[in-house]
Amino acid sequence: MSAPSNVVNTPPAIISIENIYLLIGFVVMFLVMRTLQDKGHPKKYSTALFWLLFGNVFLFGDLSISLLGKAITYQWVGVSVMIIALLAGFGRVSMGTYDTPSDEAKSHSAEKIGNKLFMPAVMIPIVTVICTLLLGDLNIDGWYIFDQRHLTLASLTLACGVALLIGWKFTSGSPIRALTESRRLVDSIGWAAILPQMLAMLGGVFIVAQTGTAIQDLVTLFISPDNRFMLVVLYCVGMALFTMIMGNAFAAFPVMTAGIAVPFLIQGHGASAAPLVAIGMYSGYCGTLMTPMAANFNIVPAALLDLKDKYQVIKVQIPTALTLLAINILLMYGVIFND
Amino acid sequence: MTDLNLLPLSGIAIVVLGFALRFNPLLVVTAAGIVTGWAVDMNFLALIETFGEKFMNSRQLASFLLILPVIALLERYGLQQRAQSWIASIKSATTARILSVYFVVRECSSALGLLSLAGQPQTVRPLLAPMALGAATNLHGELPKEVKDMISAHAAACDNIAMFFGEDIFIAFGAVLLMDAFLKENGITGIEPLHIGLWAIPTAIAALLVHLFRLARLEAKISREIAFYKSQPQTRLTEELS
Repeated sequence: MSAPSNVVNTPPAIISIENIYLLIGFVVMFLVMRTLQDKGHPKKYSTALFWLLFGNVFLFGDLSISLLGKAITYQWVGVSVMIIALLAGFGRVSMGTYDTPSDEAKSHSAEKIGNKLFMPAVMIPIVTVICTLLLGDLNIDGWYIFDQRHLTLASLTLACGVALLIGWKFTSGSPIRALTESRRLVDSIGWAAILPQMLAMLGGVFIVAQTGTAIQDLVTLFISPDNRFMLVVLYCVGMALFTMIMGNAFAAFPVMTAGIAVPFLIQGHGASAAPLVAIGMYSGYCGTLMTPMAANFNIVPAALLDLKDKYQVIKVQIPTALTLLAINILLMYGVIFND
Repeated sequence: MTDLNLLPLSGIAIVVLGFALRFNPLLVVTAAGIVTGWAVDMNFLALIETFGEKFMNSRQLASFLLILPVIALLERYGLQQRAQSWIASIKSATTARILSVYFVVRECSSALGLLSLAGQPQTVRPLLAPMALGAATNLHGELPKEVKDMISAHAAACDNIAMFFGEDIFIAFGAVLLMDAFLKENGITGIEPLHIGLWAIPTAIAALLVHLFRLARLEAKISREIAFYKSQPQTRLTEELS
């Protein structure tokens, strides 16, 4: 192998993002196999198909791009995504049956192992931070251990591996056992695991369709460019609302800031840009706390914690979110104008 | 102002409507994508390609799946039970105190850029929620399901709020770089990421004060809820039987 001629390319790494995707693919495929072996599973085949289509994208996505090209790969991935959505949409994805020990048995084992049981869980953040901060650029002759563009993710992957090994030592449960156990958690999260990627997809369509421009046009209809306070309210509330729809403040930020903040506040009233964008982004975060579209923050935890009401995390967050949104509006109005 | 084109907004209408009617979000989002593409006359094949491309390019969002095996293994061997009995051995630990300490540590560490130090799958489910529940059980005895859920939801909310409002102070975080890049792109100069990070501090402090105030009132709320559910043994019994 010759050295890469193009210096812009990322240097080769052992834990590269491509290898992490392969690893995720293998994990998902293992779960598919276990699902098919689950005799009491009420929706065995459709649940397995759901995860198989998802796992394919990780296992064969990059390979397919290099063999068949981008267009064909994106097409089969796009079709897979639509089937995934249909399977989830018509309730064909569900929990299976799991061999879980009783609470008494778990308490007994907890007493036996003691506080060592915390070790693997605590090791995940510690190893991640050490690798990110200290070992990040470790390399032998240009071959890096961690992907330089995805340093945290690569470190996290290594940390999970280390934690699995420590867990094996303390509990005598092997990594295969751990993978088998994880099906219970993955199934309880279910379709919500895929929603963040689906929203990234919708964001992509919105960019092509120039939805942002349409929102700007619409917003200008309701604006009186002289009323500073209403402009601030519109920008902050708009950030929160659009974030709630997109599930992500980063998607709302360019649209709302280009539509309201830059023309009306910065250019129109000479507002300071730094506090304007900082507080504007935080107004978006208030929206993130109030929407099921931010699935990995709001819906996944509800599933992980076995909450009866899937919106309960959101409900707990709403009072803090609304208070902070009001504070943001007053703060922004108080600090951005210089005259 | 004359030719206001609202067709690109049709996807947003679908999202709002789909939500209101409680359809599955994956279905709603896909439908919104298809309708938006159709409304702006996008070629169907090009639309599917856009779907595939964006889905492929956002695969890092699924990396939390890698954390689950070790958490699931530890839980099988009693991690949650251990967390609860450990907290029970600390007499001064209350639900509100545990959550408040976690909130402060989480917000400060994410202001230093240590976002991956904690999170819903790796700390809230295996450690924080069981500890918060353990402290309440210690004080009140066996908890009704409704109260358990409320405490767990508070644990999840603490992690989210503390992380969100700490992270923008850290100047190398994606959001700050995104804002910086946006301003430069729009010809607004003389702003450094440091300025943006500094202006994140007032809201970060407000978030800390607002949420700690709410947590300070949580103990009283837990007692109230428990008294409420204990006063209705009938309804609880029928619920358990059904």
